[in-house]
This record gives sequence, C-alpha cells and structure tokens, in this order.
Amino acid sequence: MKIPAKSVSRRAFLKTSAAMAGGLVIGFWLPGRQRLAHAQGAPKPPIHPNAFLRIGKDGTVTVMVKNLEFGQGVTTALPMLVAEELECDWSRVRAQLAPAAPEYAHTAFGMQMTGGSMSVGDSWAQLRTVGAQARTMLVAAAAAQWKVAPEACRAEKGFVLGPGGRKASFGSLAEAAGRLPVPEKVELKVPKDFKVIGKPTRRLDAAERVDAKTVFGMDMKRPNLHTALVAHPPVFGAKVASFDAKKAMAVRGVVNVVQISNGVAVVAKDFWSAKKGRDALEIRWDHGPGAALSTDGLRAEYLELAKKPGPMAKKPADAAAIKSAAKTVVAEYEVPFLAHAPMEPLNCTVEYRGDSAELWVGSQFQTVDQAAAAKTLGLTPDKVKLNTLPAGGGFGRRANPASDYVREACEIARAVKVPVKTVWTREDDIRGGYYRPMYVHRVEAGLDAKGTIVAWNHAIVGQSIIAGTAFEPFLVKEGIDETSVEGVSDTPYDIPNLAVTLHSPKSPVPSLWWRSVGNTHTAFVMETMMDELAAAAGEDPVAFRRKLLAKHPRVLATLDLAAAKAGWGTPLPAGRARGIAVHESFGSVCAQVAEVSLEQGAVKVHRVVAAFDCGLVVNPMTVEAQVQGAIAFGLSAALHSAITLKDGRVQQSNFHDYTVLRLAEMPRVEVHIVPSAMDKPTGVGEPATPPIAPAVANALFALTGKRARALPLGKTKWG
Amino acid sequence: MIRFFVNGKPVQTDSDPDTPLLWVLRDGLGLTGTKYGCGRAQCGACTVHVNGEAEFSCSVKVADVAGKRVATIEGIAASGAVAKAVKAAWIDKDVVQCGYCQPGQVMAAVALLTKNKSPSDAQIDEAMDGNLCRCGTYPRIREAVRAAATALAAKR
Repeated sequence: MKIPAKSVSRRAFLKTSAAMAGGLVIGFWLPGRQRLAHAQGAPKPPIHPNAFLRIGKDGTVTVMVKNLEFGQGVTTALPMLVAEELECDWSRVRAQLAPAAPEYAHTAFGMQMTGGSMSVGDSWAQLRTVGAQARTMLVAAAAAQWKVAPEACRAEKGFVLGPGGRKASFGSLAEAAGRLPVPEKVELKVPKDFKVIGKPTRRLDAAERVDAKTVFGMDMKRPNLHTALVAHPPVFGAKVASFDAKKAMAVRGVVNVVQISNGVAVVAKDFWSAKKGRDALEIRWDHGPGAALSTDGLRAEYLELAKKPGPMAKKPADAAAIKSAAKTVVAEYEVPFLAHAPMEPLNCTVEYRGDSAELWVGSQFQTVDQAAAAKTLGLTPDKVKLNTLPAGGGFGRRANPASDYVREACEIARAVKVPVKTVWTREDDIRGGYYRPMYVHRVEAGLDAKGTIVAWNHAIVGQSIIAGTAFEPFLVKEGIDETSVEGVSDTPYDIPNLAVTLHSPKSPVPSLWWRSVGNTHTAFVMETMMDELAAAAGEDPVAFRRKLLAKHPRVLATLDLAAAKAGWGTPLPAGRARGIAVHESFGSVCAQVAEVSLEQGAVKVHRVVAAFDCGLVVNPMTVEAQVQGAIAFGLSAALHSAITLKDGRVQQSNFHDYTVLRLAEMPRVEVHIVPSAMDKPTGVGEPATPPIAPAVANALFALTGKRARALPLGKTKWG
Repeated sequence: MIRFFVNGKPVQTDSDPDTPLLWVLRDGLGLTGTKYGCGRAQCGACTVHVNGEAEFSCSVKVADVAGKRVATIEGIAASGAVAKAVKAAWIDKDVVQCGYCQPGQVMAAVALLTKNKSPSDAQIDEAMDGNLCRCGTYPRIREAVRAAATALAAKR
C-alpha cells in the first residue's frame, strides 16, 4: 500500500482517521514535543523518554515496536535505530510489540499501522531521537551523581563513563534518569559515525522462534478459552436463509451455535470439535446475484471495457501521436485474483467483559481494528485493549479497512459471552475473499522508424481496492484509484504521449492490497511491454531501457548493476535464457535478472540476480532476506497461484489447488545492494516483489520467442 | 483412552479416535509449537516425529499413534546432537522471518539429518519440499541444513 504523503493533507487524514476510529483521539509524535505516554495500565518504568523505550534496573533495554512483526524484521531493525543513539549493549536489547495506542500512530498518517514498506522509514527520526534523549538523560543522571559536568561524561556499551575512570551502568542510573526532564533538543549522529545501523545483525527473536516459544495469535491460551469456526457464505454476498444447529450441537465439545452477520458460528471447547460441529451444520443460503459470477465472465467484460474511453490517470500531450507511429504493438494482459495465504491462518481472540474487552490479534491495522472491535462490541475504543501478537505472515491480509475477521470474532464473543478464539481454516482463508483483484490491461504502443517510442495508450480494468473504505477520499481522485495505476502513470521511463485510462468496475468479490499492491500487475505489464518494444525496435532490452531512464539515475544504476552482476549478454548453456525487469516502488528501486529453462515443458527458474536501491540500509541481513522472500512470494504468483470463480464459487480451497512456491523450485538468489545516494531508508518489504514476474516472462520470450501476457505463467504451454 | 508418548513422557487422551494428532497436541496437551497451516498434509507446518519418522500431524489420527513415541519441537532439543546442530544453524544463518512454519522446518531437517548425515543439495530439496514457507526463507533453509550437516560431520 502506498499512501502518498504529499497529496494527503495530514489534518484531513487525521480527522478521518479519528472518525474511522469512532472518536478516538489520534495522537502523533512531534520531535521535541512528545508526550510521556505509556501503554494503558502499564506500570511506570524507571526511564521513559516516551512510550518507546524502557530501561530496567537490570540494564535490560526494551524497545516498544509499534508495527506488527510478521516476518519483515521490524523487531530487530527498530531497536537498532534506538541502540545507535543510546550507546547500549546490544546483547541487552529486547523488543516488545506495542498494543494499540495513539502514541504508536504512524508519524504522518495518525493511525497505527504496518504497510506500504514504511515501518523503518517512519521510525527513522523518531526512534533515533528516543535513543538520543534517553542517552542524554542517563549521562545527566551520572553527571549529577558524580557532581561533574555532563559534557565530561559519555555513554558507551551500556555504561556512562566519567572523569577519573568513573563508570556507572545504565541499569543503575535508570531510576534517577527517569526523574529528569526529557531533553527537547538532541543532536543525532551523521551516517559516517553509525556503529549499529548498517551492520549485518541477526534477528533478535530468532531463538525464540526456532524454539517455538513465540506465541502467535493461533497459540493464544486464556482461562476458559473456546474456539469458534464460522460457516461463511459459499458465494460472496450470500445471506443465511435458515439453518439447523441440531446436529452441530450434538457434537461433543460444541457449546453454542450462533448466527452472525456473515454466516453461522460454531463455538466449541477446542478446534476439532468446532470443525466437526461446523461440518454438521445445515444451512440454507440466499445466494443473491453473486451466484452468477465467474472469472471467465469477468475476463470478457474487462476486455471489452479496456477498449472503451474512461477516466484518465494520465493524459497524453498529443492524443493523435500514435497515428504517426511506423510500428504499433498492441497487447492484452490478464492477471488473476490472488489470496494472501499467510502460513498462519487468520484468527482473533476476544475476551468480552460487558463493559470492556481485550483482544489478542496479529493486526497490521491496530487503530482501525480497535475501533471496529469497539463498535461491534458496543464499547468506546478506550474500553478495548488490543494486544498485538506476532503474525505468521500477512502480506496485506491483516490490514483490512473492513476489519472483517476482527469484527466477526467480536460479534461471536459478544453473543456467546465466553472468551473465544475465532479461527479460520485454510479453506476459509483461500475462499474468504479480500483478494488482490483480477485485472486486465490493454496497451497500444507506437514506435517511429528509428525504434523510438512515440506514444503509449494504456488501459487498466479492475475493481478498486480503496473504493468504499475510509481511504477513499485520499486515494481515489476523480475516479482514479491511485493504487490501480501506480507503476504505470508514475513510470520513471521517459515515454512521450503516455495515456493511462482506468476502469474500476464494481464486483461482489472483496478485494485488498497484496504485497506491493498495484505494482503486482503494473510492473508485469510495463516491463514485459518494454521488452516487447525493445524486440520490435531490434534493440537489446537493457540498452533500450537505458535510453528512457536518463533522467532517473537511481533506476539506471540499479538496472546496470543487475545486468553487470548477472553477466548480461554473456553466453549461457543451451536451453537457458535470461530476462530482465526493473521497477520503482515504495521509494526504492529493484532490478532483477532471471535465468530460466524448461523442464518437461514446465518453467524452471535457476538463478535470480537482484540489484536493490532501498536508500540507507539499516540491516543488510534483513534486506537480503526480504529480497529473497519477495522473490519467492512474487514467483508463487508468477508461476502458479490463481483464484478463479465459477457460478459464484471460489474453485480453489487449499495449497493443493492454490499452489505456491515450494523449496525445490526456489532459484538461487543473489542480492546486490546499490550504494544509495539517499540519506534515509526507503521501502524494503515490498519493492522486490514486482520485478520477478516480468523478468521470468521476458526470459521465457528469449528462450521460446513466445510472449507471456497472462499470469500465472505455469498455465501457458511453453513447449 | 488412547495412550502414547510425547517427548518421552506418557500421555493419554479421551479425544475421539479420529481426532488429528495435531489438535490433541495443541488443544489437549497445550503443545502449541506444532502449527496448523492447512489441515491436509500440504504445508508441513505440523511436522512431528512419530517413532523417529517425520509425519504431518494434521493428517495422523490420534488412534494411530497409540503406544508410539511422538516428538515435537518442544522436546526435540533434548533429543540429541542433530537437533542442537539444526537449531544452531537456523540461528546462525538467520533463517527466520515470520517464524510460523519454522518449527515444522526444523523437525523436517532433524529427521533428514538423523537418517542422512551428508545429504546432497537434491536430497535436501526433496526432504524439505513438503514444508511451505510463504515468507520465502527457502535459500537460508538450504544453507542452514548444509551448515548443520557440516557442523555434525566436524564433531564426528
């Protein structure tokens, strides 16, 4: 997800966030004016420069991480920012996920959230300032104790050192330091003095994960905790006409069956009883118009729409320029609905206590989910404590403006009045909607006699992710959902007379952002078309792109590095070919070269060389992991995954038919970080997803001469 | 009453005999290190050892483990050098991203290295292919399995 900070009036956004949050006061942090705030009900720690840091008497440094940890490594990267300025002993640093609280809102957007590859960038100034403030206070406390000037003291590895060999640990100073005022102004280090930032650092939580001591939402234990499973509508938009709970109630362990707004919930002592109970439910559904829906029908409808005029995201300087083209390439593209399918299926634990409630959930949208829970439970948000638990993946699914699985869990808890963990099965997850939407693109590009692009008409058809959500006023302008066209209308390529048309037909299929959002499809189309035009112009794909990137040195340098490291242009063994793609998203640039072959007609990706400019690098080990992971995630969609509908029903149900990448298919990945001119971190988690599909598709063209215009590529017969 | 052994200790359950071992471990015995991911032997998050063999506990009926030895991630560290080497390699190679699938990955790797002291790359791929990871930790899983094998070989 990309929220364009420039185009959003912060005041307006804060106001809407507040409205969305049901009257919750949205707080945000301002340098030098932060409040002394703590998590609700938490005991006052010995030192509290603000809500982000606690230093115990034993010297333990606890950094409160306001984002969700779901694989992207924030529980290591964010403490690194604090530690850089604090001068603490890294082995004493711990991370703790923060609950929902105004203090933990995104510094620009006024809501607590994880998305848009923004976590490290958002905390960049905030957490280094926190570290510097705390260090200043510790030094001041030591200086006062020793009756020397603070300037004569310095902090190092968890101690304050003073004149004459004086030495005091942070732990011993924490209480005294905590009584001092928080300094308004602190000076932050310049990058050349960094000792922690930029150093390859292992995950702080690795051992706990490997030992399986981490408590994910699915693992929540509470006294008298029940498990609920919901029979969701078999067709999007269907309603329960009637149901018979007799057989379900007869299942041992089942304690209750209740109708909720999106189906029928079975509440039991444990998962398996709830599952058997749900299997025994007899429900009659009113299917409604959703039963007529099929992806084949949508495809036909979208292809027709793509030829029609519509709202324009970008208007060409000269709409007639295409007529002057010596050569025109026209191509239609299609990408399917995609489920996020995180390894941990969705779940949410709710304890409803009548006048208050407590939730445990792996949420990317704490502010929104807390407000939705409050509304569903008939409480005010301050009466709902939302504890953030680490999540087993998410990829956007746990950042739902509609808070679907949180609302559902609250509805059940309110109805049955026992502590309850609502769990989705894998089938519920695959069939439950909130997909990356299906899109069709139609591109008509013209080249002059010299092979130079003279015009590019680009039509995109697909439902809006944003329409109908609280984000609509900011991300949909004059009929254009920016997340549908990002990556095309803002392309760094110097394309004259670029025209971008968007059709956003409505659909009963709930949709949502999926790791890298609009770039998941726009990069595929832009970069395969660019390859096709290079071929039409009789030019090398890298050379062709380079000419169009003269004004974007960062993109150019990333493209060049990937090509150089991959040995672009050097011979490969027979039966192998390379393809390249480059894409800018979330403030970063990633270029990838894929080496492919065909094995019994199936696409085999052997090697991917990635070059990545993600600004100033905080943790190179995490950056490498995120690029590897983004490639695996993107390759799942590029080769295998698709959600299709027939007669309104999702045709896939689990990993046997919603196929994702397995280990044996994982290519060798080499990650090369581009020395960046940026003085701050840019996005890391998402920007390496978009280039892989077009890089593989372009390699397949080089290998077979066939153009891939539909994903997943595995559906095409390649030879 | 079905009796079996979990991590060396005798346990018993009055669950229905067709209850998957996974849910007896998680809900009955509170051993939540073994994860639910798919419920139909597709993802490997629920991998445990039954009499030393890696099995998907979501697809093993509890009745079928009567009298058998079940090892889970909670008890595997105590089981010997292989598990210790695997865990150490997992941490050294910084494999973990979200971590949800990792108990299953570790159990699969321990089963592999217990049987095959020096697996080839192809054998590693084959043995680990049943364990999905959506975060894409596959390259580091391969590295960690190789590193654990090397570390175990150095000890012998």
